[in-house]
Amino acid sequence: MRSSIKNRSEAFLQNNERTNWHDKALWFVREKRDLAAKAIPEWEKLRVFASEIKTHTLANLDQYLIEFEENAIKNGVKVHWARDGEEHNQIIENILQQHQVKKVVKSKSMLTEECHLNPYLESKGIEVVDTDLGERIIQLKGEPPSHIVMPAIHLKKEEVSDLFHEKWQTEKGNNDPAYLTYQARLSLRKDFLTADASITGINFAIAETGEVVVCTNEGNADMGTHIVPLQIHSMGIEKLIPKRENLGVFTRILARSATGQPITVYTSHFRKPKPKSEMHIVLVDNFRSNRLEKDKYWSSLKCIRCGACMNTCPIYRRSGGHSYDATIPGPIGSILSPNIDTKKYSDLPFASTLCGSCTDVCPVKINIHEQLFFWRQDIGKSNVLPKSKQRAMKIMGSILGNPSTYKLFGKIARISMKLLPSFVFENRLNTWAKNRKMPEAPKESFQEWYQKRK
Amino acid sequence: MKIALSIPCFIDQFYPKVGIAAVELLEKLNIDFEVPKNQTCCGQPMANSGFEDEAKKTYHHFINLFKDYDKTVMISGSCTHHVQHNYTNIPQTNEVKNVRDNIEDISQFILENYIDKIAPVHFPYKVALHTGCHSLRGQRFGTSSELVLEKEIGLEGLLKNVTGIKIIPLNRPNECCGFGGTFSVVHEAISIKMGRDKLNDVADKEIDYLISNDMSCLMHLEGIIKKENRNIKVAHILELLNGSLK
Repeated sequence: MRSSIKNRSEAFLQNNERTNWHDKALWFVREKRDLAAKAIPEWEKLRVFASEIKTHTLANLDQYLIEFEENAIKNGVKVHWARDGEEHNQIIENILQQHQVKKVVKSKSMLTEECHLNPYLESKGIEVVDTDLGERIIQLKGEPPSHIVMPAIHLKKEEVSDLFHEKWQTEKGNNDPAYLTYQARLSLRKDFLTADASITGINFAIAETGEVVVCTNEGNADMGTHIVPLQIHSMGIEKLIPKRENLGVFTRILARSATGQPITVYTSHFRKPKPKSEMHIVLVDNFRSNRLEKDKYWSSLKCIRCGACMNTCPIYRRSGGHSYDATIPGPIGSILSPNIDTKKYSDLPFASTLCGSCTDVCPVKINIHEQLFFWRQDIGKSNVLPKSKQRAMKIMGSILGNPSTYKLFGKIARISMKLLPSFVFENRLNTWAKNRKMPEAPKESFQEWYQKRK
Repeated sequence: MKIALSIPCFIDQFYPKVGIAAVELLEKLNIDFEVPKNQTCCGQPMANSGFEDEAKKTYHHFINLFKDYDKTVMISGSCTHHVQHNYTNIPQTNEVKNVRDNIEDISQFILENYIDKIAPVHFPYKVALHTGCHSLRGQRFGTSSELVLEKEIGLEGLLKNVTGIKIIPLNRPNECCGFGGTFSVVHEAISIKMGRDKLNDVADKEIDYLISNDMSCLMHLEGIIKKENRNIKVAHILELLNGSLK
């Protein structure tokens, strides 16, 4: 059975110093985001625009998808449609096999993570090299990303140094970020020069022009795509925006929300194949249209994958992305994942205090914390939670629904807390009191006091 | 206007002093109000655990108690938020709508209507403020640090007539305390870590009192303070305004 986020976060929290380091690293990014957002007086208006453009697009997604496909084909692009991750992987494999590709450089794609493309292609004998530094680090380490924008944020530079030493025989104990980055650059340069094809994710697709837009800081999507004669872009169907003029709203909020930068270093538009080259776009559904038809959850498709909700989330910062055991961790992941597999991810929506910080930081105004509450209800009704929990809530409901039983239970609790020694209530069965004292039991309840007083 | 005072279950059972402070303060402000008998709970524990239907009986009981009032003044932003936003699985009769539309957290109620009538209180202490997340982001009692808006006055607005007080800003003023209702038990380890971090933020600034408008946050934090023998006092804002803190 899959261990729960509770077990995994407890394991993460065992190392208090590391938890503090992780928490502070992400809080630093949240503070950078605050500074960047606050430098723009019309920030809240931009959030409204972004939300409305996405809402409009999703409401007319069928038409915009057709418009996008028509325009992309006019540009000489080959367009493919994938119902799910498996179909996506097969389509890509077919394209690569047709060109006898042995090695692929890849950049910027949470979607290929979602579809588990790397292990699939590797099982078919095709080498895949992730070229963005964070992704390359975790690929070498054999780990999934722990964050959607900073995939290796859970690792310290010392660990990266050890990893590079082990894999690339770099200087042992040299933890200088400039040195380590340079070593990665040397290694990646060879990969770029020996690759036969490139795969990238995308940030936005523009219906009126049929072009895709990739926002990166390292430029690897560009490097990879420009060198090889075969470029493939994978995109979820929700990435569309209607017009080029809409793009400015998103480029202004994306990097500010993600890392506190005014804009990503590269904003690259890919519109048509290079001479003597092929350009393919794979449009992937993978449970997106299923989400689109759900009243309570469709708006999660507005997500532009900035990761701001992770950086702000007090739970994420203190449990680490791997505790979620889902492609997309953090608050947004906790409302996306149950849509894919409600039973498997049924623990995620409960790992929240519903504080609402995710919703307030979200640049496209997704009501994340409200959807967490909705998911709790849907999960409660779907019979995947332990029966004991439902029984406990039934009992609690009948006590709290009836004033006489409520008074009786309250009185028994308070009197016994007064009379019995504290260890009776502060034993290991009482999780509340493991690391907290119980509140002191007053001699009378408020309501008893009030009745006497009158 | 017919006003009812609503007492959350945990205040009724464990913190009657906060309810008493509320009653005394409302009386000093010459507000005509009633405390309906037989109050229990808003039903949040069941709903937050994913079983809102097990809360229906409690919801109906709550509505029955408060349906005939023009205003329900609740001593918790979180319970207020629950009634406002989550009483959706029972038929939306006029009575239900009336209660949901006219319920308000007592801190907000006083700030909006009676702030100038509060008698001066001398409180010569260093204080940190903690607005419950559901008040802050659910009812916009104050402006959360994520938003790029002009700051609206919230909890600190209630301290207008308090003299001698020194308010010290926290490093992370809006970070959740980690209570989260049943979360505090289900995810005990994270909850405790969040609570400790909040208290460390307070302790670093040598603060005497942590003042909040939500006693449930303070119940959790006080539990940690006592377990770890920390030298921080917590109090509900109503206790401060009523002059109950000595």
